[in-house]
Amino acid sequence: MDIYQIISKYEFKRENLLKILHEVQTTSGNNFISDESIKIISRELKLTYSHVYGVVTYYSMFSVVKRGKNIIRVCCSPVCDLKNSIDIIIELENCLKIKCGETTSDHLFTLEKSECLGLCDQSPAMMINDKEYGHLNSDQIKKIISELTI
Amino acid sequence: MNKQHTIISPFLKHEDGDNISSYIESGGFQGLKSALMLSPSKIIDLITESGLRGRGGAGFPTGVKWKYASQPRSEIKYVICNADEGEPGTFKDKLIMEKAPYLFIEGMVIAAYAIGASKGYIYIRGEYSKSISAIQKAISEMYNHGLLGESIAGNSFVFDLEIMLGAGSYLCGEELTLIESLEGKRGYPRIKPPFPAEKGLFLKPTLVNNVETLANVPFIIQSGPDAYRKFGTEKSAGTKLFCISGDVEKPGCFEASLGISLRELIYDFAGGIKNNGTPGAFLTGGAAGTFIPPSLIDIRMDYDTLQMNNATLGSGAIIVLDNTKSIYNFLGSILRFFKHESCGKCVPCRIGCYNLLKIWEQCKDHPECYPDLEKEAAYIAKTSLCPLGQSPILSIKSALHHFKHSI
Repeated sequence: MDIYQIISKYEFKRENLLKILHEVQTTSGNNFISDESIKIISRELKLTYSHVYGVVTYYSMFSVVKRGKNIIRVCCSPVCDLKNSIDIIIELENCLKIKCGETTSDHLFTLEKSECLGLCDQSPAMMINDKEYGHLNSDQIKKIISELTI
Repeated sequence: MNKQHTIISPFLKHEDGDNISSYIESGGFQGLKSALMLSPSKIIDLITESGLRGRGGAGFPTGVKWKYASQPRSEIKYVICNADEGEPGTFKDKLIMEKAPYLFIEGMVIAAYAIGASKGYIYIRGEYSKSISAIQKAISEMYNHGLLGESIAGNSFVFDLEIMLGAGSYLCGEELTLIESLEGKRGYPRIKPPFPAEKGLFLKPTLVNNVETLANVPFIIQSGPDAYRKFGTEKSAGTKLFCISGDVEKPGCFEASLGISLRELIYDFAGGIKNNGTPGAFLTGGAAGTFIPPSLIDIRMDYDTLQMNNATLGSGAIIVLDNTKSIYNFLGSILRFFKHESCGKCVPCRIGCYNLLKIWEQCKDHPECYPDLEKEAAYIAKTSLCPLGQSPILSIKSALHHFKHSI
């Protein structure tokens, strides 16, 4: 779906901005919001470029740089930290051969830290796109990643 | 006290909680039907008499909030459900939204009728995918069943409901910041007053209630304030969903009457300390919460008892640390959280939260720096617009007070 089709689904009101941004990002193919998209959205919604850019860069779920097909969000908030979520990050870094915050060269994965995902009863936990993973350990990480790599 | 009795939990056990027919079969929407036969002011009286207090963290009396929002300031009013649950250690609203979406939406429709709003929004955090789909389904089913939109349940009352998505900002859980975000802006706090009940969304009177608060409403309307007051204490009526995580055998979300002891929650509900360990500390209320030492394990978990002990109930999160865990490290984890989530609008909070982490690092080898940590946090609290800046002092102060020699 192109960006004009997405925008036209909504009333041209500022309060629909976050919804539009979510959808533009999801359908971008690279989980990001391009500069061109920001320009089009601001023109269509009659908002300034700086307003839309300001919103995109404020919220941690949005990105202005290209990311992988799969966004891995590892919860690093206090409860998961207590359960050594750092080990999960290290395992993922080793598995994917990237550092946290980076994207794999095949554009399959981006590894990110996240604040509380509401999975504290299953800590350490993470999400890959919309799917939740709890009670994580190193062996599971290898398995999850290899399943998604195929 | 009857700790076994529950109000919300029975709805959380349904396998098909997103199915409107099974909700109706289990008595769903009876509260709404009863409410539509009462006058709005009568409903507000019932909520006020029930003693229900906001379950999002602040504990403000819900009836007072509704009464204030019901005043005829404008033809247009809004109801917002704050579903932006992000307080570390809190996952109760997620559970309600996934397992019992109709329950809190029913409460929301009752709230809208009581204050005279014809439009509502559920503002939910973008990461909660499961909750988002459950709510989307629930809203569309309710429209199909004539429980949203024009002439609700055959009455002349009109109420439209829409879901709005956050995108990863803890601060948007604060009601005025949430409103800014809902208007399609950066999540910066507003100066208050005016409060949302006067000038909220699009500067119109707005009622903002948490998911769990609204989930209590159908029971209160249907069974009456006296039935609700059978649970809890005089000043903290009803039940609460407590989220217990960390070093316990069975982490999870448990409903209990307010005023239950911390010991009962930890040992009777959460299965005790993991591996038969010894408790080291409890953090109540999440990152914006307070440390409680094991010596206070018999403390009653209600708003006022906790406040008298310089502690907070907050969102109902209880994070348990066994005695092998470092309180110093855990405090660092809390401070990193605030540094990440400070929005940057108020300079003392933006620079201060960064600075807290620097001082915390120094404290490791120089415990004499701890007073500086407390001083900096107190300064941020005094000079910040919103509750985020007012929060780091809580954990720092309580940690230094209770664990002066062991931190």
